[in-house]
Amino acid sequence: MSQYVTFTLGGSLYGVNVTRVQEALRSHTRTRVPLAPPGVAGLVNLRGQVVLTVDLRPKLGLAPLGEDAEPMMVVVQVDGEPVSLLVDEIGDVMEVGPDSFEAPPETLDADLRPLILGAHKLDGRLLLVLDVDQATAA
Amino acid sequence: MEDMDEIVREFLVESHENLDQLDQDLVALESEPGSRALIASVFRTIHTIKGTSGFLAFSNLERVAHAGENLLVELRDGRRSMDQPTTDVLLRLVDTIRDILRSIEAEGGEGAVQVDPVIAAIEAVQARDPQAEDEPAPVTEEPVVVEATQIIQAAAEPEPAPEPEPAPAPVVAAPVAQAPAPAPAPAPVPAPAAAHPDEVGALRTGAADASIRVDVDLLDALMRQVGELVLARNQISRLASGTEDVDLARSAQRLNLIAGELQEGVMKTRMQPIEHVWSKMPRIVRDLAAVCHREVKLELSGGDTELDRSLLEAVKDPLTHLVRNAVDHGIESAEDRIAVGKPGKGELALRAYHASGQVVVEVADDGRGIDPEKIGAKAVQRGLRTQAQVEAMSPSDLLQLLFLPGFSTAEAVTNVSGRGVGMDVVRTKIEAIGGAVEVDSVVGRGTTWRLRIPLTLAIMPALTVECAGDLYAIPQVNLLELVALDSQRSESGIEHIHEAPVYRLRGELLPLVSLSTVLEVPDHSDAQVIAVVQSDHQRFGLLVDRVLNTEEIVVKPLSARLKAIGAYAGATVLGDGHVALILDVQAIARRALAGELELAAREAHAAATAAEAHDLEQVLVVGIGGGRQVAMPLASVARLEHVRADQVEWVGGREVVQYRGTILPLARLDRILGAYGEEESSELLLVVYSRAGRSVGLVVREIVDIVDDDSARHSDIEDAGLVGSTVLGDRVTELLDVRRAILAADAAFYDERVEAAVLPTQFTADDLVGVAR
Repeated sequence: MSQYVTFTLGGSLYGVNVTRVQEALRSHTRTRVPLAPPGVAGLVNLRGQVVLTVDLRPKLGLAPLGEDAEPMMVVVQVDGEPVSLLVDEIGDVMEVGPDSFEAPPETLDADLRPLILGAHKLDGRLLLVLDVDQATAA
Repeated sequence: MEDMDEIVREFLVESHENLDQLDQDLVALESEPGSRALIASVFRTIHTIKGTSGFLAFSNLERVAHAGENLLVELRDGRRSMDQPTTDVLLRLVDTIRDILRSIEAEGGEGAVQVDPVIAAIEAVQARDPQAEDEPAPVTEEPVVVEATQIIQAAAEPEPAPEPEPAPAPVVAAPVAQAPAPAPAPAPVPAPAAAHPDEVGALRTGAADASIRVDVDLLDALMRQVGELVLARNQISRLASGTEDVDLARSAQRLNLIAGELQEGVMKTRMQPIEHVWSKMPRIVRDLAAVCHREVKLELSGGDTELDRSLLEAVKDPLTHLVRNAVDHGIESAEDRIAVGKPGKGELALRAYHASGQVVVEVADDGRGIDPEKIGAKAVQRGLRTQAQVEAMSPSDLLQLLFLPGFSTAEAVTNVSGRGVGMDVVRTKIEAIGGAVEVDSVVGRGTTWRLRIPLTLAIMPALTVECAGDLYAIPQVNLLELVALDSQRSESGIEHIHEAPVYRLRGELLPLVSLSTVLEVPDHSDAQVIAVVQSDHQRFGLLVDRVLNTEEIVVKPLSARLKAIGAYAGATVLGDGHVALILDVQAIARRALAGELELAAREAHAAATAAEAHDLEQVLVVGIGGGRQVAMPLASVARLEHVRADQVEWVGGREVVQYRGTILPLARLDRILGAYGEEESSELLLVVYSRAGRSVGLVVREIVDIVDDDSARHSDIEDAGLVGSTVLGDRVTELLDVRRAILAADAAFYDERVEAAVLPTQFTADDLVGVAR
């Protein structure tokens, strides 16, 4: 059984292994970083710690976030440092068994293949398992 | 103690620790006589002490340690087993070593501690047949040794608050004196401590007791937490400043104070005197001087100046490089020195001191100095700069070329330096820790290298600025000055040389860089402030929208992918909780300006040179009545003043006004230049010229404009009081002979009486002198 912290992004349900997640919280004021690579959504002050925020949308081929959107943040650990992911909504922590897991289909966009490890078949919807390291890599 | 050699101090601290361990080991050995591990540990400790003391030339210590080692070898090799007398004599050995160490600590030498009795006792134990333990052979010796040991221990390790026992020394001496022969009087052994209870306290806080070893990681963690505290403090201060609540304000103030002190205290724990690095210099200089056939006197001052540990490490190599360089290239050989009238022995001074929140370390020699011409020639030869570029550079700019990669002025590559790895490495290393390197040199007089190093890396003062709605921090270290642009005139303040914006800062063109352009952020607001910053050897102006304030910021490391951008040195959390990026001024200069700025600088220089050729000069254009305009050089104008006509008084035959507590002589330009027509107005407009504390006022009718005057357009149509005429703004303008006009008011203005005689005025030199004084 694996536990996933779930969240929605552009209508799809994604999951990140619970061991990688530090916390989930409401969006903070972000300081933009000029000249930063696309996907870098700025820096936030997380209790005195300066944390990089990543917007997964460009990577996942979604339209960038609207100006007035108030996304949530899922803070994950990447290479020992916290990185905050911008997501639409935070869902439950789900426990799913290996039986429901399937590798991504052949038809999945080549750009997305490294990011999505596979899908868990839930009742009525799919839980896409995100590879955090790939998703946050520059 | 203060000037005690660093090595000796380390030796003492280490030995004290080892001896404590030794005490435990020896006692443990008694109950576990066969433990080879314990014996080996004891052996190692004594061996280390022996080795180090030999190295440091503490011969008594070495001897006693050597004797102990001999005994321990037997124990280690199993030729002797541990027994009571052996333990006793070893403990006594430990105590003796302690006494010597204390003496070294207190007096810097081994003092009068007697080692022979212990050595004799050890030898006596060794001489005993280990197999014949039961035999009471040297019976007489044993109790004495034991007793003496105890006494010595008692004396050597006084209780924290020893009773002022009436003269403990005689008590010690007594049994010893009565003791039978073989143990030769351990009487002198007792530490002086027992005799002078006052000193006990002092001794207990010796090198070992007064310091503890702390994990650097722990200190780093403390430093980080203090950083957080400082941020929280900043936040509270900001909240408190906007409130009416007196209690909150008071608490905030107190927090402010405490946090500040704590920050200072924690920073101090990481501080080490720069002496740590310097202590190695005399040897380096000595050896180098021998190799290079120089005579060098090394002077060190300010060695107690403290620096953060990590910074100290980082400074070590650059400093060593500079010292080597100074000995090898800076200071001439004795013959050369004497030939130019300098003492044969060169002086090399290392100085460290605090200045404006930084530590400055100077390496100054009185050698041959660096010839800027040679530097320039070398730069051309190496293809680093073109001849034209070099010719346009000032001597101080030329010296900066030393820091270019691949530059070495050594005419011959020596073993010591001159392999092309030189000052650029020094600069890179110093800049890596947020410092800067400067060089001053006078040919024939010497060279001074100056390293400016921040006190610490973790917390630094910075200026927060706003650009396109975002906040950025500029490290104060990089900041030279701020220039506020007049919002009405901001366009006229900034000029362009082709695409490159420049600003006239005190007559020199300062290349400008718009922060929003560098960061590629759209910015619609007008830049209001120029932050003049220094990067490497380039000075340029960073255009920002607004300056907020200066604050102490805590540098937070950036995620690797942001570091790679090469524009930011880190991030920080400001008092209001916002994250601000810290600008890496060097990187910005290199990134966006390398081409652009250099081009701008060169064009600026070219333009300046061109302007010089044309003699472009700013002039003040005034009206003197009768429709005539007169121009005078702006450079020498001190002020423009209005005075009422009725303030004018007369001294002798000429007009004066009281002005700022002095008498200001006046000269009416219209009279001097023969322009008449309009009637007296009730107010006089003065153009005040000042020079060396003297001022004169030239009375004019109106101030027209300040314009650039191109000498190419001058005509030499002259008249009395004029040096020519020109066309300014479509009008013919007369060029005032300022000198003559001023002399008309104050003959002594230029302090040349002769000129006064040729004045075309009705005044005589004598009337004027009286007034001017």
